Amino acid sequence: MAKILNIQNLKKTYASGSRQLTVLEDISFEIEEKETFAIVGPSGSGKTTLLGLCAGLDQPDSGKIELCGTLINELSEDKRALLRNRKVGFVFQDFQLIPTLTALENVAVPLELRGDKNATKIGKELLEKVGLGDRFDHYPSQLSGGEQQRVALARAFSTKPDILFADEPTGNLDEETGQKVVELLISLNRESGTTLVIVTHDMELAKKTQRILKLKGGRILETLKV
Amino acid sequence: MKEIDSKAGFKWLLKMAFRDGKASKRKLVLFMASIVLGIAAVVSIQSFSNNLKENIALQSKSLMGADYIIDSDKIPNKRVSFIMDSLGGPEAREINFASMAAFPGNEGTKLVRVRGIEGNFPLYGELETEPASAAKEFQQEASALVDATLMLQLGIKVGDKIKIGNLVLPVGGALKSVPGSAAIFSSIAPPVLVPHRLIEKTGLVQVGSRIGYKYYFLADPKLDLEKFDEKIDPILDANDADLDTHTSTSERMGRRYENFGKFLNLVAFIALLLGCIGIASAIHIYIKEKLRSVAVLKCLGATKKQSFLIYLIQIAIIGLVGGIFGTALGLALQQLFPFILQDILPVDVAIAFYPRTIFMGILLGVLMSLLFALYPLMATLYVSPLQALRVDNTEKSKSGRAALLVLGGIFLFIFLFAFWLLEDWKYSIFFILGIIITFSLLAGTAHLFMKAIKKNFPSRWGFVSRQSLLNLFRPQNQTLILVLAIGIGTFLISTLYFTKDLLLAQSSLEAQAKSPNMILLDVQTEQQKAVSNTINSQNLPVLENIPIVTMSVENLKGRSVNEIREDTTSKVNGWILQHEFRTTYRDSLISSEELEEGKWIGQKTEGNLIPISVSKNFAEDAEVQIGDQIDFNVQGVLLSTKVGSIRIVDWSRMQLNFSVVFPTGVLEEAPQFRVLTTKVPDENSSAALQQSLVEKFPNVTIIDLRQVLTLIEQILSKISWLINFMAFFSILTGIIVLIGAVRTSKYQRIKENVLLRTLGARSDQILKILALEYFYLGLIGALTGILLSLISSLLLGYFVFETAFIPSWIPFFVLLPGIIVLVMGIGLSNSLSVIKSPPLVVLRKESR
Repeated sequence: MAKILNIQNLKKTYASGSRQLTVLEDISFEIEEKETFAIVGPSGSGKTTLLGLCAGLDQPDSGKIELCGTLINELSEDKRALLRNRKVGFVFQDFQLIPTLTALENVAVPLELRGDKNATKIGKELLEKVGLGDRFDHYPSQLSGGEQQRVALARAFSTKPDILFADEPTGNLDEETGQKVVELLISLNRESGTTLVIVTHDMELAKKTQRILKLKGGRILETLKV
Repeated sequence: MKEIDSKAGFKWLLKMAFRDGKASKRKLVLFMASIVLGIAAVVSIQSFSNNLKENIALQSKSLMGADYIIDSDKIPNKRVSFIMDSLGGPEAREINFASMAAFPGNEGTKLVRVRGIEGNFPLYGELETEPASAAKEFQQEASALVDATLMLQLGIKVGDKIKIGNLVLPVGGALKSVPGSAAIFSSIAPPVLVPHRLIEKTGLVQVGSRIGYKYYFLADPKLDLEKFDEKIDPILDANDADLDTHTSTSERMGRRYENFGKFLNLVAFIALLLGCIGIASAIHIYIKEKLRSVAVLKCLGATKKQSFLIYLIQIAIIGLVGGIFGTALGLALQQLFPFILQDILPVDVAIAFYPRTIFMGILLGVLMSLLFALYPLMATLYVSPLQALRVDNTEKSKSGRAALLVLGGIFLFIFLFAFWLLEDWKYSIFFILGIIITFSLLAGTAHLFMKAIKKNFPSRWGFVSRQSLLNLFRPQNQTLILVLAIGIGTFLISTLYFTKDLLLAQSSLEAQAKSPNMILLDVQTEQQKAVSNTINSQNLPVLENIPIVTMSVENLKGRSVNEIREDTTSKVNGWILQHEFRTTYRDSLISSEELEEGKWIGQKTEGNLIPISVSKNFAEDAEVQIGDQIDFNVQGVLLSTKVGSIRIVDWSRMQLNFSVVFPTGVLEEAPQFRVLTTKVPDENSSAALQQSLVEKFPNVTIIDLRQVLTLIEQILSKISWLINFMAFFSILTGIIVLIGAVRTSKYQRIKENVLLRTLGARSDQILKILALEYFYLGLIGALTGILLSLISSLLLGYFVFETAFIPSWIPFFVLLPGIIVLVMGIGLSNSLSVIKSPPLVVLRKESR
């Protein structure tokens, strides 16, 4: 199978006051198309930073990131933005819906960015699919946490991305709601055949993927097959 | 990889701008309010000035009653008569002078302007009379047309008699309006129109009387009046006559009101600038709250440019709507001005809407918002999509060069706008410099203030006072921006206040117990004793008895006046060469005079040349210095003098001042008349004195200064009303800026308060911390602003108004505590919800 994500010798440091803080070092791994993959580790192990780098949200200090066949550390920020729009989907821990847009508008935005004329129609279908057919015109503040995350899932799948990054998708939800969201995420993923990368510290969630990468102190501890 | 392109075009950006704005309506209100107020202030003044100018130009012919007028204070000599004949002869002529009028059978007397009319006057406009037929009939019927207000005041009816000098005429009608009589002055000397042929009978046209002759002309429509003016006027000037064309009159009049307009425009501009600060501060909060959404949009694939443009378009639209509302408000407000100002305006102002002003207002709304929003908007360019992942430590600093460019753009905008208003690049640069200096001083003060606290931190204070002080210089503090906003607002408001003080102080009249309030002009030398006796017989004092000798300049520094006139390179001002000077002689300086140069000589000394004293403006206009020789023609006799001293004269004082003062011992025997002054306690004694004087001495002109004072007070109160009105805009905008500034910091403060509460702080402790912090901010900002404005007003007083400026305490006692209370009130009311609600609710709210 073709590689959708190829990471080689990644290193990332941040300036913290006057000294340099190494967040990630010597990271190399690959993910194949349609694979489901989890990155786990304790707080401060560099999970989220790694996710951000993989999705092209930030530049590494050194190393190589190849996403969907494109070497993204050579691309400009705008080129990376266009690549994200074309190929990448996101689910965030705190949902990150745009508060000034309705549920439907939030789902439609990535499609509209592509110039898709059917953005609203597809958005409605997706919202119905996640069980929010009656909440099109509600603003995020009028929705519960679980409902907001379902809108976020609909938005993530709206562009039929090649790869979906989920950052602690259940982190802000209670156990029961979290469970339902995970089920929805996995079923949507199965249906669309998208590659899924989940960052979590929840081993139960991680075990639902095919492969688990364990991080500690910014380095890879081990890679497990489930 | 193949080239990828975002498909979302302008339409999508517009759509995003709209739907995002729809949900943020409330937050954009502050922003919109700043624009609406600023634009309304500028548009109302601008549009009204345009209307005034236009109306003056439109009505210039009927204001004057002719295409052009030739006037003189002497009977025209042969040369002037020849010119008038060659121009086809006047259509109408007039002889006019001020005189006391009595109304036999009626108690009143009044100083009036007698205008003897012959011919088809007015050539434009009309005589409005009651009954209307009187305008035509007064010539044949040999009656007088008397100012309508005067008739009302004195209870005179048509058919009553009026006595001017030795002439008694029936009153033919009430005069409501007449070209050539300005409404404002008619309350001092209201016009009385009589047939020209009867003037002789008054017996008031004598040598030495102040008489004006006017000749009204119609011009060939093809005649270029400006060129005509340039050709004819110098010849007439040389022959003691003057040409006034309707175009030059309207220009002169326009200029007089233009200065007033410029001042009001500056006030409006200050309101606009405050509005700009309001915009920058409102957008600053607005964008800060949007940065998360921008990060998410970038995650979803929006480019830098797209996310920037969404908000730029949004702001342009708000600027457009604000501009439209502001322009509409301004146009509506200007309708008020003619009602308030009608007495001091020369024409009836019909309000019209000028497309140019409307366009300017709306364009200004858009430009202003975009320009002042650019800097805060730049944050959207640099926000990293990583912020959506809660990785917060990657915020890039904004590009220094871009910030400088924006700043340059803002100053260019202010400069161009100031230039457009003032039409003088030097003043505009001063204006900009003033603003830069003010900003730097305020910023510097805020900086020093924070440094001082850090150095001398009162670590022994209690927790509450310590914490509130600490808040001023925590990381990412807002102290600088708040002190700047509060300081600038206070600075502008108090400068406006001080300037108003200056303006009013300059024109206000000291109500000194000894200063005269009635002036008797044209008292003949042989009458002075009898007049004094009449005054004394009414138990009133004669305060001054000033001799007046009229003369004109014959030679200046050895060159004859004619020679100087023909010398095109001469810079000597024309009025020096043709003016009939009313001079006096005395042995000492008076209170309105100050010696600038030379030595005051009170008595004639030995030597050929008489040492005289001239006023500073005379010396400047005549280009003479101490020791220079001036020869005067005193009714045929040549007097050789030299400049002995130069005086600074405060012409604004309500007393008789002179350009030229002789020492005693020279002019005593020259033909002269006298000016006597007295002080009357009330209306009744004024009327009684006037009546007995007019009866005995018909040639004496009486000016009741109390009337003049009332008039000036009226004008000033109208003007100050207008200034207050414009200041009100600034103050209102200032409050909006304040709210914006406090809300800017609210965002950050909430988090700290929640933390404090979570750690167990009581509500009253948090309240105290907040109140104290806002108190410090209000105090330092307002105090700096007021002190700076004090300095700038002192400079303004010294350099521009040339008067000593005694600041009032009101800004310190009212404005300072007022601003502090306002800052505290706005600050606390914006934080009340935070103090009241339990921490968890706030934490949740904030996390969304």
